[in-house]
Amino acid sequence: MTPVIEGWFTTGEEPRLLASRCTACRNLVFPPVSSDAGAATFYCRNPACDGQEHDSVELSPRGTVWSYTDAQYQPPAPYLPAADPFQPFALAAVELPEGIVVLGQVADGFGVSDLRVGAQVELVIETLNVDETGERTIYRWKPVAA
Amino acid sequence: MSVVIAGAGMHPWGKWGRNFTEYGVHAARAALQDSGIAWADVDLVVGGETVRNGYAGYVAGSTFAQALGWNGARIATSYAACATGAQAIDTARARILAGLSEVALVVGADTTPKGFLAPNAGERWNDPDWLRFRLLGMTNPAYFALYARRRMDLYGATAEDFAQVKVKNARHGLENPYARFRKESSVEEVLASPMVSDPLHLLDICATSDGAAAVVLTSAEYAKRHGIASPVTVAAVSTVTPTFPNTVIDMPLLATDCSAVTGVPERTFKESIGQAAYDEAGVDPADVDVAEVYDLSTALELDWIEDLQLCKRGEAEALLRAGDTTLGGRIPVNPSGGLACFGEAVPAQAIAQVCELTWQLQGRAEGRQVEGARVGITANQGLFGHGSSVILTR
Repeated sequence: MTPVIEGWFTTGEEPRLLASRCTACRNLVFPPVSSDAGAATFYCRNPACDGQEHDSVELSPRGTVWSYTDAQYQPPAPYLPAADPFQPFALAAVELPEGIVVLGQVADGFGVSDLRVGAQVELVIETLNVDETGERTIYRWKPVAA
Repeated sequence: MSVVIAGAGMHPWGKWGRNFTEYGVHAARAALQDSGIAWADVDLVVGGETVRNGYAGYVAGSTFAQALGWNGARIATSYAACATGAQAIDTARARILAGLSEVALVVGADTTPKGFLAPNAGERWNDPDWLRFRLLGMTNPAYFALYARRRMDLYGATAEDFAQVKVKNARHGLENPYARFRKESSVEEVLASPMVSDPLHLLDICATSDGAAAVVLTSAEYAKRHGIASPVTVAAVSTVTPTFPNTVIDMPLLATDCSAVTGVPERTFKESIGQAAYDEAGVDPADVDVAEVYDLSTALELDWIEDLQLCKRGEAEALLRAGDTTLGGRIPVNPSGGLACFGEAVPAQAIAQVCELTWQLQGRAEGRQVEGARVGITANQGLFGHGSSVILTR
């Protein structure tokens, strides 16, 4: 199992999203600044800050739902459907305690009827699709019992 | 010194299967004829560019200029996704205000394939527009649905409310000769159409269309000198970017800016688009007689009504239910029929909104006229932080 994209999240027992944090003003950016762009090319997005360096930090594994929906039709390429025929899946925008809203798919087995603005969700890692290298994993939001 | 709209024109919207140049030239000629100005007298052409489709669109300005017959005019091309038309108008207006041009032709035209809009082919692991599809399957309607679902949970909006927006706009568009869909719609029909992204049904979401729109802009003095009848004034063009931090999730991004360091700004991005137009025009939201807003989805029209301060946050459903936003109501919204009746033709749509307001303010919007309209506002937003709002007055 390999993450579908490098450097955005950790895997294992307690997975976390990874953000870039400005070393000057501590502003956070997700998705993190691309590693191939190099730290020297990072200019802080906070217009009041002239920081150019960042750390990699873990974001909180839990947040509250800002809003949610689902995909009842198969999205076009470059989306790679996980199953044939296509299986609808849910999506959520989740507000983290760090003051950032992160979009993600909702965990397998959960749909819009399990969600509500303000509801609690937690980060999990699941399989997005299978390609020639094997299973590719993605972070997802899983509803937490109230 | 002010800039006026001397003429407006469109190609009827639909799925015609022809080249975008043909649509654009048709609209351009219609706008020129409407203004009574000869093509030879145009000294600036601004084209609205499309990136997704018909790659000649990359050189839109010169494509139209060549098709109309080279006349030596100055040239520019604008790209701002859905806000392209407003940015093109702004470019023309700025040049006229600077005294560098007197007569500008602004044209936007497109052909759009069926189905979901999607990024161009290729692997681009640093492109948010590509990544949102690859990693999340996040389509445009999915973003519209997030906003719609939030309205339901926060303000008690219902699927019937959203359908009523479609019903209203379908009725508005019945008499519009440029509209693609000219057919009444019912709440039952909308709710019975397939669910695309909960809570939005197929008929809650605008189609993609072929279409074109054009306007002729001149200085007010030129219009006066040439006896142009009832020009309307371009009182403002807002092309603002967001103010950090942009805290409302925005297509095509995967996350918002972080608000922890600076706090939340006074206005959201969409609120700031309208406010910048009001400030520039010296117009109060209460002065607005008619609005053309970007109803990519039915629910999004309700968001824009609030973003433009035509009512308070969370009250757009009440306005809709009271009939205030329909023709004959307090503040008619999308009298043209909006995207619900036109479908989306990206580089043309913001210009089409301005065409409609021009006709409304001139009292020429037959069958859909907002009686006595003197102040009109458009609203729209382009991918990657492009604001778009135009205020016209007479």
